Amino acid sequence: MTGMTDLLSLRELDVRHIRNILATASNMREILDRSVKKVPTLRGRAVVTLFYEASTRTRTSFELAAKYMSADAVNISVAQSSVSKGESLKDTLRTLQSVTADCIVIRHSSSGAAHQAARFAEIPVINAGDGRHEHPTQGLLDALTIAEAKGRCSPSDARPVAFDLSGLTVAIVGDLAHSRVARSNVWCLTKLGATVRWCGPATLIPADARSLPVTVTTDLREGLADADVVMVLRLQTERMEKGLLPSMREYAGVWGVSPRALAWAKPDALVMHPGPMNRGIEISADVADGHVPGSVAIEDQVKNGVAVRMACLYLLIEPGSDAGGRGETA
Amino acid sequence: MNLIVRGGRILDPSQGIDRVADLIIVDGVVEAIAPTEHAANAPESSHAGVPECEIVDASGLLVTPGLVDIHVHLREPGFEYKEDIESGTRAAAAGGFTSVCCMPNTDPAIDSPAVVRQIIERAEDVGFARVFPIASLTRAMAGDRLADIADLKAAGACAISDDAFPVQSSETMRRGMEYCAQFGLTLMTHNEDQSLTVGGAMNEGVVATTLGVPGIPRVSEDIGAARNILLSRLTGCRLHLLHISTGTTAQLLRWAKEVGAPVTGETGPHYLTLTDEACEGFNTNAKMNPPLRTAEDRAALRAALADGTIDVIATDHAPHAGYEKEREFDKAPFGILGLETAFGLIYTHLVGSGALSLSDAIRCMTHAPAEALRLPVGTLKPGARADVAIFDLNARWTVDPASFRSKSRNTPFAGWELQGKPVMTILGGRVVHV
Repeated sequence: MTGMTDLLSLRELDVRHIRNILATASNMREILDRSVKKVPTLRGRAVVTLFYEASTRTRTSFELAAKYMSADAVNISVAQSSVSKGESLKDTLRTLQSVTADCIVIRHSSSGAAHQAARFAEIPVINAGDGRHEHPTQGLLDALTIAEAKGRCSPSDARPVAFDLSGLTVAIVGDLAHSRVARSNVWCLTKLGATVRWCGPATLIPADARSLPVTVTTDLREGLADADVVMVLRLQTERMEKGLLPSMREYAGVWGVSPRALAWAKPDALVMHPGPMNRGIEISADVADGHVPGSVAIEDQVKNGVAVRMACLYLLIEPGSDAGGRGETA
Repeated sequence: MNLIVRGGRILDPSQGIDRVADLIIVDGVVEAIAPTEHAANAPESSHAGVPECEIVDASGLLVTPGLVDIHVHLREPGFEYKEDIESGTRAAAAGGFTSVCCMPNTDPAIDSPAVVRQIIERAEDVGFARVFPIASLTRAMAGDRLADIADLKAAGACAISDDAFPVQSSETMRRGMEYCAQFGLTLMTHNEDQSLTVGGAMNEGVVATTLGVPGIPRVSEDIGAARNILLSRLTGCRLHLLHISTGTTAQLLRWAKEVGAPVTGETGPHYLTLTDEACEGFNTNAKMNPPLRTAEDRAALRAALADGTIDVIATDHAPHAGYEKEREFDKAPFGILGLETAFGLIYTHLVGSGALSLSDAIRCMTHAPAEALRLPVGTLKPGARADVAIFDLNARWTVDPASFRSKSRNTPFAGWELQGKPVMTILGGRVVHV
């Protein structure tokens, strides 16, 4: 298998790479369960997180992932960088490369910014979310969370390959038009064999969504029917201002995932949310807090996020000979 | 200076001529198209009745009226780092074009007689092609108060356009058309209902959905075109629809012609050869407005050209500096180069595929655009200024932006293998490109 040079989108990532990242991340989970969460794998390496958009959990998750592997992690957020002085993406990337960063993690409000960053920099670039395009590490951590909950992390007689999600139906509910999480999940989950449904109001379903490998419905009952996984997306209040929805109240009533709606899914359905949640809007408090049959994986998602990001950093940054061999990580 | 273009295949749709002949140019004007004299029995520097002339051997080559592009951004004054009149007309000459109409979105805009005259004078001094300025409909292209259209016409404006800043108010557009109509000026419109395109950067559809790029729906163009056609019908103003990119707008143009509205339309080589899939990988050199559409639209545009619904092929040559296009996809400017690749693209992909006859292709790039704006060019009739393009239809070449005469490099066609190349361009009897 040829190595990955960047992690930009799950649409473009071969399924063998996806499975390799998930297997590596599974191993990384063991480190996270130790009391001393530190391995020397990336000692002497520098990871720069370049965030053009506000983020708490993704940035913290990448920073911890780098630090648990002994890499130096530097955060750059736009407000305090020369970007606010008008520096172009290209010049910023060239500069970061010149100060000998080994990997750049980029979050940007423009779709495609990570692809462009990868063209400007020779070092590995990880897309930590670009506009409405993709959020590949979120897609990977969601796949890992589903695989863990449904017992698909190891091969079995029925499924000889690890991380085979065939037979599972994942319903993604909410603002699909503006969601990079929804897009990354479609590619990742379908490559792993799952069936994906998109469900939301017509004004929040992107054009020609039916040409993607998903079934699309505006009816929540149809969307959730017999689903193994219910993934709820965050609804941003600005959608109302732009005339895409009449009110939060109406949205919560028609598309909010409540215990009543969840009953349409399978009894052991797994509830997920990429966060941050609006309790009482896209997800009811009872569902978010697990007061329903089935299970809620929202906290597992966060922990798996660190493991997946450790795996991605490890696989993309070629560990130097003086920084420990590859076998030491797990 | 007298010139004989000897032994080429002369194709001039304005006269229905397509035959091997000699083109005789005297004092910069077409004297005649005459049966060819074979080099062997003709004297070196003369022709029957034409003393002191230079001979261009065009045997095996295609000789046409110089191409006419009625939709070009020369960027001067104001944006000379992208292009200027000299570099833009050099690019035109290299592409076989001898006449270009330049759009008014300069800085200052072409909204005053002084700027019109400045462009005409500058083109006379440094130009390698004729330059016909298009003036703006509204002051500073702001979309409200009308520019001094009578004065602009008197200064030499060849047409009026709101390109790049489409007038949104239907009332302003109606009054603008009424005003233009009384002076016999053609109004050229970029057709877009901008309330449908806020933030849009590429065609709305499965590719935009996959890339997460905000879309520009086809209906935004169709609604704009429908409104402008209806207002043209109401006011009697001659209307020219710029850069048609959708099959539906082509249908609307077909309807306009059926009901006798004075409407013409153009599309560009890129809409005829590419689709929105060219934006894959966030390629900002495939970003223009209107955007590249779908294979279905491309097929409809080809059919509309072939059946004469769409009259004109125009490039919308829109130079931008490299650093401007190296931005984030949604922040990069709209527009691509066109002059130096137009003929090769049309010949290779439309004539070569049988979608358009060579004669129709040349008509769409010479006589038809001249007719749309009533420009005295695009023909080799005796007495016309001797603007001539000569093409080698057998020449195969690779598009190499580094070799462009334009100051800019923003083309999605880099590396394309094309057939058919302009080998000589003659402007008023003077060779301006070899």
